[in-house]
Amino acid sequence: MFFNEEFETLPRPALEALQLKRLQSTLDRVYANVPFYKASFAAAGVDPSAVKCLEDLQKLPFTTKQNMRDSYPYGLFAVPLEEIVRIHASSGTTGKPTVVGYTQQDINTWSELMARSFVAAGAHKGDIIHNAYGYGLFTGGLGAHYGAERLGASVIPISGGNTKRQIMIMQDFGSSVLTCTPSYSLFMAEEAQAEGVDFKNLKLRVGIFGAEPWSEAMRREIEEKLNLSALDIYGLSEIMGPGVAIECIEAKHGLHIWEDHFIPEIINPETGECLPEGELGELVITTITKQGIPLIRYRTRDITSISYEPCICGRTHARITRMSGRSDDMLIIRGVNVFPTQIEAVLVGIEGIEPHYMLIVDRQGTLDTLTVQVEVSEHLFSDEIKVLQALSRRVEKEIKDMLGVTCTAKLVEPKTIQRSDGKAQRVIDNRKLV
Amino acid sequence: MKVEQISIFIENKSGRLAEITRILGETGINIRALSLADTSDFGILRLIVNDCAKASTVLKESGFTVNMTEVVAVEVPDRPGGLSAILQTLDREAINVEYMYAFVERCGGNAVIIFRFDETEKAISSLKANSFNVLEGSRLYNL
Repeated sequence: MFFNEEFETLPRPALEALQLKRLQSTLDRVYANVPFYKASFAAAGVDPSAVKCLEDLQKLPFTTKQNMRDSYPYGLFAVPLEEIVRIHASSGTTGKPTVVGYTQQDINTWSELMARSFVAAGAHKGDIIHNAYGYGLFTGGLGAHYGAERLGASVIPISGGNTKRQIMIMQDFGSSVLTCTPSYSLFMAEEAQAEGVDFKNLKLRVGIFGAEPWSEAMRREIEEKLNLSALDIYGLSEIMGPGVAIECIEAKHGLHIWEDHFIPEIINPETGECLPEGELGELVITTITKQGIPLIRYRTRDITSISYEPCICGRTHARITRMSGRSDDMLIIRGVNVFPTQIEAVLVGIEGIEPHYMLIVDRQGTLDTLTVQVEVSEHLFSDEIKVLQALSRRVEKEIKDMLGVTCTAKLVEPKTIQRSDGKAQRVIDNRKLV
Repeated sequence: MKVEQISIFIENKSGRLAEITRILGETGINIRALSLADTSDFGILRLIVNDCAKASTVLKESGFTVNMTEVVAVEVPDRPGGLSAILQTLDREAINVEYMYAFVERCGGNAVIIFRFDETEKAISSLKANSFNVLEGSRLYNL
């Protein structure tokens, strides 16, 4: 099933020709209207006429989150403010938030791409979409909402939080599609269990989860606990919001990135050079239809790889693999690169372990230490010390085997690790304080 | 012939034991025997109480991880060599003691020891065959 079959299945040569045309037009617009791009192109010794084919994109400089902060709030907008119909901002955990503006056409594009994403994930008109992404400055809630309406589905704008009420509404309203962060879906499952609600009795069929990295193992866990098909969606407010890329339900293997609107590249985050198909690196995106705030070679900080292999679903758009972390979340522990999601994958693979964990990185003398806090579920608990100690040792060994890093596993009481309605905080790095 | 014991996971941080005993006290549950096993990171509190099911429910409601195990209560003559005789019997049958602790009250003139064996059924029949007195749970909870 497609929402826009013509564009979703456009043969690659036609798709690439369209990309080039749209790229050139975007470059002309930003060069003329955004002083930042005029200056950054000049500093790199290029102008829009230098881009004659898609590979020429590599000649252009990157745009970073810092560039957006420096242009706070409206410096990167490419249209006069009166053309902007919506303003969103991403959470500013470090300093000012990054601000994005949408023209009416941008909102239309976003709604279509989100509607395409819903269809790719197996949703359709007639579905009741339970949208538990937060509404507000965060793009998740409104992005999914407009896409659901464009699709013609019934959307419940429940937003995040008040989990008991969420569960009641899912039961009573017959929600068939759930959209929220993956960690919140597991939190809901826990709450439902405490309330004596069995997801098998609910109508939920599809879950579309994003806004934080998760793992294949977590997918299995969610699918089992919530009794639905769990799909990964990707997006970021700087580029648009949710719906930049989505897994198709046919393959559940990689997220199709809507290439008629975005050009993806994978780079080495250290050197900035482009990496070949299949290699893991940082995702860089150029928007080629956006009007409000077009971004050229935006460094997402998300780690993935790309594949142009044809997909069984019939879409011709490239697929990126599930995000394996953030280039700036990457922990370097005694010289080993560790992404929290890798540890999560190990934990969920151990039967009975809850996917709630906390990583504590510290430095003793000159040596980095990693402590992995794991909750003891009823399942795992034993009246014998040796059984619990064997469990700790197993966690330590499996992490060592998989990641090559030595850690100490610490068992903690259930529900002591912070749950979150939004993005879960998984790492405490005490080394910064030393 | 078996006795129900509840075990509670306790993280090694202050106030946890106080919290458990407060909850049990407020629910009117009487602790009949206890043992605390500890490591540097966590502990396991094992309790024999007068109402196991109720204790388990209230502790779970308060967010504790609880499980129930069957243990064996044996009367031990209160004289030198009393415990030794029991352990020698078990040793001959190659039954292992995972842990053991003493019950607070006496039963008649005898002490009572709570045992957790690797093979509970085998241990019970072996003890009875050797004329040791294995106590019923119902009797023990109300000693």
